[in-house]
Amino acid sequence: MSVLRVERLRKSFGGVQAVRDVSFAVEAGEMLALIGPNGAGKSTCFNMLNGQLRPDAGHIDIAGRDTAGLPPRAVWRLGVGRTFQITATFASMSVRENVQLALLSQHREVWRLWRPAAARHAAAAEALLAQVGLAAQAGRAAAVLAYGDLKRLELAIALANAPRLLLMDEPTAGMAPTERVAQMRLVRDLASARGLAVLFTEHDMDVVFGLADRILVMNRGALIAEGNGEAIRAHPEVRAVYLGTGATSGGH
Amino acid sequence: MLITALNGLAAAATLFLLASGLTVIFGATRIVNFAHGSLYMLGAYLGWSILARLPHTPWGFALGAVATMAALALFGALLEIGLLRRIYRAPELFQLLATFGVVLMVQDVVQHLWGPAELSLPRPPWLRGFVLLGGARYPRFDLIVIAVFPVLLGALWLGFTRTRWGVLVRAATQDRDMLAALGVDQRLLFTSVFALGAALAGLAGILALPDGSADLTMDLSAVTDAFVVVVVGGLGSLSGAALASLLLGMLQSFGVLWLPRASLVLAFAAMAMVLALRPNGLLGRPLAGRGVGEVVAFIRPAPRALRLAGWFALGAAACAPLILGPYALSVLMEMLIAMLFAASLHLMMGPGGMPSFGHAAWFGIGAYAAALAVHALAAPLPLALPAAVLLAAFAAAAFGWFVVRLSGVYLAMLTLAFAQICWAIAFQWGDVTGGDNGILGVWPGLGVRGFYWLVLALCAGGTLLLRRVLAAPFGHALRASRDSSLRAEAIGLDTGRLRLAAFTLAGAAAGLAGGLYAFAEGSVFPTYISLQRSVDALLMVLLGGVQTISGPILGAFAYTGLYDTLLSLTDYWRFVLGAMIIVLVLAFPQGLAGVRLPGAAR
Ligand SMILES: Nc1ncnc2c1ncn2[C@@H]1O[C@H](COP(=O)(O)OP(=O)(O)O)[C@@H](O)[C@H]1O
Ligand SMILES: [Mg+2]
Repeated sequence: MSVLRVERLRKSFGGVQAVRDVSFAVEAGEMLALIGPNGAGKSTCFNMLNGQLRPDAGHIDIAGRDTAGLPPRAVWRLGVGRTFQITATFASMSVRENVQLALLSQHREVWRLWRPAAARHAAAAEALLAQVGLAAQAGRAAAVLAYGDLKRLELAIALANAPRLLLMDEPTAGMAPTERVAQMRLVRDLASARGLAVLFTEHDMDVVFGLADRILVMNRGALIAEGNGEAIRAHPEVRAVYLGTGATSGGH
Repeated sequence: MLITALNGLAAAATLFLLASGLTVIFGATRIVNFAHGSLYMLGAYLGWSILARLPHTPWGFALGAVATMAALALFGALLEIGLLRRIYRAPELFQLLATFGVVLMVQDVVQHLWGPAELSLPRPPWLRGFVLLGGARYPRFDLIVIAVFPVLLGALWLGFTRTRWGVLVRAATQDRDMLAALGVDQRLLFTSVFALGAALAGLAGILALPDGSADLTMDLSAVTDAFVVVVVGGLGSLSGAALASLLLGMLQSFGVLWLPRASLVLAFAAMAMVLALRPNGLLGRPLAGRGVGEVVAFIRPAPRALRLAGWFALGAAACAPLILGPYALSVLMEMLIAMLFAASLHLMMGPGGMPSFGHAAWFGIGAYAAALAVHALAAPLPLALPAAVLLAAFAAAAFGWFVVRLSGVYLAMLTLAFAQICWAIAFQWGDVTGGDNGILGVWPGLGVRGFYWLVLALCAGGTLLLRRVLAAPFGHALRASRDSSLRAEAIGLDTGRLRLAAFTLAGAAAGLAGGLYAFAEGSVFPTYISLQRSVDALLMVLLGGVQTISGPILGAFAYTGLYDTLLSLTDYWRFVLGAMIIVLVLAFPQGLAGVRLPGAAR
């Protein structure tokens, strides 16, 4: 059974059809890249998948459950971790506390009023931070991290509830090219080792073609191609969108 | 029926005069001008003086109105240039506070220049005239007021759509930064918008004279009304303000007919209903993001030295009754109660991210609940205090249910409006609350020392409990909801429920402070719910620094000491306090504790 199955997903903003009739599936242990020019509708897809936006039509199945209409916090409980295109972390807390809070939430301990939070799940948080290479920064304020480190922190937070599905919207934007590959290789290893399903968007084609098992290409809200690296490279419509040749040009 | 409708229209016209200026100023400058009611009051007093020197004819009145508007426009422009211009980038709360400083200063200036008595106009024949409408007599002057509404709406509409100035103001309302990038001088634009808003408030003030009078409370009641209209209509929306004025004006005049006592409550219920259905008001659009310039500090546990000092102070406070006399003990009790009150507000607006301009509501509900329990039910203190806590918590939960999802400005304005309504109920519902005379004889039935120790235990214990809660998982989750509700929801946190819980907890703690205060003073009065008390708490928190956890404790002691000193030194304490608030906001936009140790917040 697929971890994530999407059928004929659709969303419009006013007159703009941001996503139209998108269908795909992600299997456990699979890395699926979603690529496309800016404005193609990738982030809108992500926002529907984690419950931030309600689809106009279509089905979202996560581990066999229809999640349409569930709020993000309920989708997260089903085992969906998410990172954002524009990082969202807790600025008044330390890097460790950011991860600890995700762990507290996973253990349903956020309504505790008495014992200090500082000691709860500290070791587990450190382990997650070490995994993404942030161990040395654990005590620093999240607000002062470099952008690439914020992306790492987001990954650590997203991994805190041992997700079965990871949604990563431009997880390496703001990183140096070598860091990008290292970060996504880490995700790749996790996917293989734990059977984690990963859907990610990415502009770095080395990452996409080097690490993804399969690639989806979106343009103007619609899926135009699906396949492995070779098939995508050879796909005429993809070439048209990215290289600007042919009738369907419009991307860049 | 016809007469009631006309009364409603007249009320709507006055509301619109006030609200249009407020909403236009907010639209362009993003400042919620608390001093708008003061401009209205100045308009009434100035207008009174000007009209006294003019012939008592319609033309004299018109001339006086124009002169008043010109004077207010000038005053508004000076206010914008001297103060507001400097705080456009400050956090919302500081803007509200700075303009509240203006409110305080204007109150003392007006009292100094015109005296404390109400002033009303002599009524020449033309003002006393009536017209016959469907067999009933209707004051001619009120028809003029009604006529102002469509005329003003039309004029504003033309001004905003057909002139270059109006186009620029609308552009500023939509995108300030873009306008700046295009090289438009916004300073002149904002000054003129503010002058216009002030002139409209002045016109409202002078138009209020023939049917009423100028008095020293009109500023706050006017600004509360204007806030309600603007919130219902949608911040920054002129047509929304017009619609809301009509709605609330009609509700007011028909409400008085049906439910004489409940007109205020009706307005509030209407507001709650509109906001529950349309969180941005009838015609408002979502406000982009939080206030600019808001800094989120990195919160660390208190350093050892500070904690030791705290425990030492607590020990000293526990020994105080062995050394100090009753007067000194009563001052200490006042400070301890202030500490709990400030700590409860801090929980809400600091970690909770919910600025409240009406925190006195919960304090007052607690105080009245305790007093009524003692009086009406003959309950002893051990029953009256829990009643205070429970009622305040219940009221906060019910009110919070409507407002915790709203953005900062709406929240600040709504909490203020709610507190003003509680104040009005305490003031008007004389049979139960004793009205202005309050409820006397609320004694704890303990000796001075015993009661002092009780106050110390409950206030220190309550404050420590709040601190503990903030360091516990709940406190972190609450802070997370404020830092990034997007991320918080994405890790499974129910931000709405967390906020509501914090709101309720803060209400309960404030209710306990209020209940204790009632017993400490032996009485309750409507002033316990006054805006001044809400602002006191705000100042304590801001003085200590919103971004710190120990801040409100230090702030409460510092402010109470300062305030008592000020009261004993001068009759013009409002003026001095207002000036101090303004200086404070201009000089230390992050609060005092934030200045002392930049970067690290405790
Ligand atoms: N909240 C929104 N309101 C209106 N339009 C939106 C909103 N979010 C996205 N869009 C529009 O939907 C389209 C797809 O955007 P997005 O999903 O962010 O693309 P991508 O992530 O692929 O760059 C764009 O045309 C964008 O302008
Ligand atoms: Mg995107």
